[in-house]
Amino acid sequence: MKYVDEYRDGKLARAIAETIRAEADPAKTYHFMEFCGGHTHAISRYGLEDLLPANVRMIHGPGCPVCVLPIGRIDEALELAKNRQVTLLTYADLMRVPGSKGRSLLKAKAEGCDIRMIYSTLDAIRIAEENPDREVVFFAIGFETTTPPTALAIKTAEKKGLTNFSIFCNHVLTPSAIRAILEAPATGKLPPVKIQGFIGPAHVSVVIGSKPYETFVEEFGQRIVVSGFEPLDVVQSVLMLVRQVNEGRAAVENQYIRAVVPDGNVAAQKLCDDVFDLRDRFEWRGLGYIENSALKLRDEYARFDAEKRFAVERIHASDNPACECGVILIGAKQPADCKLFGTVCTPETPMGSCMVSSEGACAAHWTYGRFRDKAKKQDERRRAS
Amino acid sequence: MNAPAEPRLRHRKMDVKSGRVDLSHGSGGRAMAQLIAEIFHDAFANEYLDQGNDQATFPAPAGPGGRMVMTTDGYVVSPIFFPGGDIGSLAVHGTINDVAMGGARPVALSASFIIEEGFPLVDLQRIARSMGEAARDAGVPIVTGDTKVVERGKADGVFISTAGIGVVADGLELGGHLARPGDRIIVSGSIGDHGVAIMSSRENLTFDTAILSDSAALHRLTEVMIAAGGPSLKLMRDPTRGGLAATLNEVANQSGVGIRIEEDAIPIKAEVAAACEFLGLDPLNVANEGKLIAVVAREAADAIVAAMRAHPLGKDAAVIGEVIEDDQHFVQMTTAFGGGRIVDWLSGEQLPRIC
Repeated sequence: MKYVDEYRDGKLARAIAETIRAEADPAKTYHFMEFCGGHTHAISRYGLEDLLPANVRMIHGPGCPVCVLPIGRIDEALELAKNRQVTLLTYADLMRVPGSKGRSLLKAKAEGCDIRMIYSTLDAIRIAEENPDREVVFFAIGFETTTPPTALAIKTAEKKGLTNFSIFCNHVLTPSAIRAILEAPATGKLPPVKIQGFIGPAHVSVVIGSKPYETFVEEFGQRIVVSGFEPLDVVQSVLMLVRQVNEGRAAVENQYIRAVVPDGNVAAQKLCDDVFDLRDRFEWRGLGYIENSALKLRDEYARFDAEKRFAVERIHASDNPACECGVILIGAKQPADCKLFGTVCTPETPMGSCMVSSEGACAAHWTYGRFRDKAKKQDERRRAS
Repeated sequence: MNAPAEPRLRHRKMDVKSGRVDLSHGSGGRAMAQLIAEIFHDAFANEYLDQGNDQATFPAPAGPGGRMVMTTDGYVVSPIFFPGGDIGSLAVHGTINDVAMGGARPVALSASFIIEEGFPLVDLQRIARSMGEAARDAGVPIVTGDTKVVERGKADGVFISTAGIGVVADGLELGGHLARPGDRIIVSGSIGDHGVAIMSSRENLTFDTAILSDSAALHRLTEVMIAAGGPSLKLMRDPTRGGLAATLNEVANQSGVGIRIEEDAIPIKAEVAAACEFLGLDPLNVANEGKLIAVVAREAADAIVAAMRAHPLGKDAAVIGEVIEDDQHFVQMTTAFGGGRIVDWLSGEQLPRIC
C-alpha cells in the first residue's frame, strides 16, 4: 500500500525507538498525552509501548468522540428514535454505546425503531430523498474532522429543498478539551496530571491547522507535536517531544507535514462557520461540562436542527459511581487501576465511556494490551515487599 | 423434495426467465412439484435425490472408519451473489468444510430453502445450478432437500439450511481441546478475502476491487494433511465468521493454552490489506470461506506445510505461530514493529450476514 507501508516500517521504527532510548534521560520521567483515539489505537495496535523506554509514559487522552458523548445524549437519541415518524441514521460505532438502564440504539433497533447505520453524510441525504414520508434524522457526532461533512449535508439538504432532513448535533471541539485538561489543576474540577507534552491530533489538525495550539505554549508552556496516525509518525513525534523536554523548549511542532499546514483547511472552516455556532457549554462524558466546547446549528438553519424540530428534552444521566473514566481520560489513573475494568466493564458490556469505542483508553488496553497486566502487578507486589 | 422424477402430466415449462416465486410454489401443489423438478432436480441430479422420496436412502459408507460426523449450517449471506461465488456454492463449500475439519470424508449433503415470495426464478435457478456444480466438483451429492415459501417481507430473498454427513477414519482424533505448548499453528493461505469480497459488493459500500471470495471445499486439502501428518495433526478449523482471531481464541480457550503468532508471517493479499485499511477493519477479524488453520506437533509442521503447498488450495500455507503456556489463555501477536499485542475476539458486529 503506497503511502501507508512507508509509515509502518518496523525496522525504521525500532531505529527511532533506539534513539529515544539513547536520548531520554534516565533520571527523568517523560509523560506525554496522545489526545486522539486514533493515536491510542496505533500505540496499542502496534505494541509501541514495548518499544519505548520505561520512563517514557504515554497517557491516553479523551479524543474519542464516542467515548466523550454523555449518556444523556444517547438517551435523548433513543427518545428521538421512539418517534414512529423518525428514521435515525448513525455511524456504526454509536450503535452499541449504552445509554442509561442498559439501553442502546442496537437494542432499540431490535425493538422495532427505525435506526440505520450509514457510512457517510451523503447516504443520509440519499435516504432522506428516497423516503419523503419519513423524518430522517442524522446523529451527527465527532470532532472537527467529521464536522465539515455534516455542514456539507446541511448545505446540500438546503439546496435540494429537503424538508424531512435534520441532524442531532453533537460535534465537539478539540482545543476546548485540551484547555479543560490543562486548566484542571487550577479549577480543581479534574485531578491534576503531569503532562509534559501532547501528541497533537492528525485529522483534526488537517482541518483546523496547527495554529490553534499555539495558545497552549503561550499560556501553559506546553509542548505540542502534531502527528500522523501511522505508527512511525507516533514514534517520531515522541522523539520530537523528548528532544523539546531535553532542550528545555516548548513549541508547536508539526510532524504531520504531509497533510497539516498552519492555517488548516480554510474552505472547510468557512463551511463550518456558515452552518454552526458555538454552544455555551456542553457535557463531556468523563470530563464534565466544558464551556464553548461544542457546536450547534445557526439560527438560519434551525429547521434542520432535530433538537428544535422534535423539542428534544435535555436528559442528564450519571455514570456508574465506581467508573474511573474521568481520571483515566486525563491520565491520572490507568485502565487496570479501575475496579470495574475487565470485571463488569468489558467491550461487550461497557460501563464507562473509555470502554465503548475501540479508540477509548480502556477498550484499547483491554483489546490489545491487557496481557501485560498480570506481570506488571506481580512486579509491583515484588517491589512493595 | 419428493417431486416425481417424471411428471405424469405434460404441461408448459415454468417461465424461469421472467417468472417469480409465489406462494403456490410452497403450497404442496403442482406448482411446487414443478419448481422442484425444473429448478432443483435439474440442477442437483443424482441417483439418491432422483428416488423422489421424503428421504434419501443410500448405502452405508464402505471402508475403514466406524464413526460418522454430522453438521448443520444456515446461509443468509447478503448480497446473494458476490465476487467469487454465491449463496449456493457457499452453502455447499461451508457444509463440506465443517465435515472435513473433523478429519472426515464428506459423504452427502441436504439443502433446505426458505424463499421469499417474489424472488426471481432466474436467480433461484442460478443459485441451484451453482450448488449442483459445487457439489459435483466436490464429489459430494445433495441427496435430499426441502422448499418453503414465505410471504414478502418475511425473509430476504432466499435462505438456505444445510446438513452434511461424513465418515472419519478410526484412530484419527482431532479436537479443539488438543493443542499443547510447543505445537505449531498453520494457516492454509491468505486471510480476509471472503469478507472483503462481500463488503465490496454491499449496496451502500460498493468499491472496485479485484478480490474474489475464497469460497472453496477443503476436504481434498484436509485429506492430504491427514496423510502427511497422521497423529501429529491435532485439530483443524475453518476461520469463517470472526476470522482468524476468533478461531485462535476458541482453540486457546478449549485447550487451556496461550497462542503467540507473528504478524509478519500471516499471509494477507495487498488488496485485502488496502481494503481493510480504508474500511477500518482488522484482517484478523474478517471472514474466510476457503481457508483453514491447523494445530500440529512441532516436529511434523514442515512436512505438513510442504504437503499443503503441493495442493492448489494450500499453496500459500505457512506456519504463523505456536502454542504457549498461558493460564490466561491469551492469543498474543508480535507485531511487525517487534511490540506485543493481544489478538482478541471481535466485540459486537463487524459486518452482518457474511455467510
